[in-house]
Amino acid sequence: MDPFLTIPFVIQRVKKETSDTVTLEISRPDDRVKTHSPAGSAFSFLPGQFNMLYVLGIGEIPVSISGDPNHPEKLFHTVRKVGAVSIALSLMEKGDRIGIRGPFGNPWPVNKAQGMDLLLMAGGIGLAPIRPVLYQVFPERDRYNRIGLLYGTRAPEDILYESEIKQWRSKFDLEVLVTVDRAAGDWKGNTGVVTTLISKVSFDPDRTLVMICGPEVMMRFSCLELQKKGVKPENIFVSMERNMKCSVGFCGHCQFGPWFVCKDGPIFSYDQVKDWIGKREI
Amino acid sequence: METLERIIASHSFVQGLEEKYIELIVGCAANVRFEPEQFVCREGEEADNFFLIRHGKIALEIFMPERGATVIETLGENEILGWSWFFPPYRWHFDAKAIELTRAIAFDGKCLRRKCEENHDLGYELAKRFAAMLMERLQATRLRLLDLFHSKGAKLDYWGLT
Repeated sequence: MDPFLTIPFVIQRVKKETSDTVTLEISRPDDRVKTHSPAGSAFSFLPGQFNMLYVLGIGEIPVSISGDPNHPEKLFHTVRKVGAVSIALSLMEKGDRIGIRGPFGNPWPVNKAQGMDLLLMAGGIGLAPIRPVLYQVFPERDRYNRIGLLYGTRAPEDILYESEIKQWRSKFDLEVLVTVDRAAGDWKGNTGVVTTLISKVSFDPDRTLVMICGPEVMMRFSCLELQKKGVKPENIFVSMERNMKCSVGFCGHCQFGPWFVCKDGPIFSYDQVKDWIGKREI
Repeated sequence: METLERIIASHSFVQGLEEKYIELIVGCAANVRFEPEQFVCREGEEADNFFLIRHGKIALEIFMPERGATVIETLGENEILGWSWFFPPYRWHFDAKAIELTRAIAFDGKCLRRKCEENHDLGYELAKRFAAMLMERLQATRLRLLDLFHSKGAKLDYWGLT
């Protein structure tokens, strides 16, 4: 497989999630075999992996896969409008074509959480790479003990996958706590930083695996708070974010201490990164 | 039936507090409940008590002209509402409103201040606990000042940010 080969995919649906975020549903063009990857083999991905999305004439960006790994024939990417490429992606319509390379990166250690409590923490659009974890664990829910999802975002109108969160709450044995940074007086949920939710959820610190995705500062403080509660650093996993370009560890743009985030990550245990995370210029 | 003393002792705020001090403060305490939408206190009113929340949820709010009520923080089970009783001029700085049925232990601030003046060891124990709570809330407030989830603050392109 040539990791630099971009394969055309077709936009099937664009779902507006919030004022600045959309989810793209994409698949291979009809004249190709839908279930095949850019390399021609069966396309599959694991929770936490990402693809490089290319908008013709504008550029390429890494975007985590937010869909169901059990149904890889439909690819989902949730994109927030920030720069030229993500704005172009958000303006896509059904039938438009984009280029895909991937999947790249290592996955969340979902199987390692079997028999343990699983705590998922997400901030903002960081919920997108966490969603495939839930899709993977729900069909085999009984293999896990307690599962908690702690999600923080800016305001109630910025809550991602809101209707799905309601379904998860009611359908699965899942404790979901959502908090926002600011809210109007009619908001009945939590207001405050996501780290304050840690003490509101039940888990056994000795037997808990935590996966965190969000802004790096949020992840740092979450790790510190979890350690205070007794969770071992080797059981805390974070999804790191650096400037990824080639996605295979050639270009060096995403170097993070001794690692390349694209190739060695983006998922790292806190044990691996605790000496690097938060250091200036790293 | 659970005694007030036992209920107070089970709250995380008083964890590690010697029994003799719990016996001292229980005389200033009372069980209270607030219905949804009921105000616990109003900005500017005399702050004559604080609350150990047992169940439920309370929103700290501020009212801003043209924007209406804005929730600053929510407090729930095992958390504390109110430190203004401890510091002059003993006035509430925000509104606090129950957003669901809330049960709490209310402490009479004047009664507790008097006991702290009489027994500085008790005062020190309470001051340590309030200082720890203030530090936690200050750190959380600083994190929120960063406005981490604002799209303008995102400069990297991973997770679809560029």
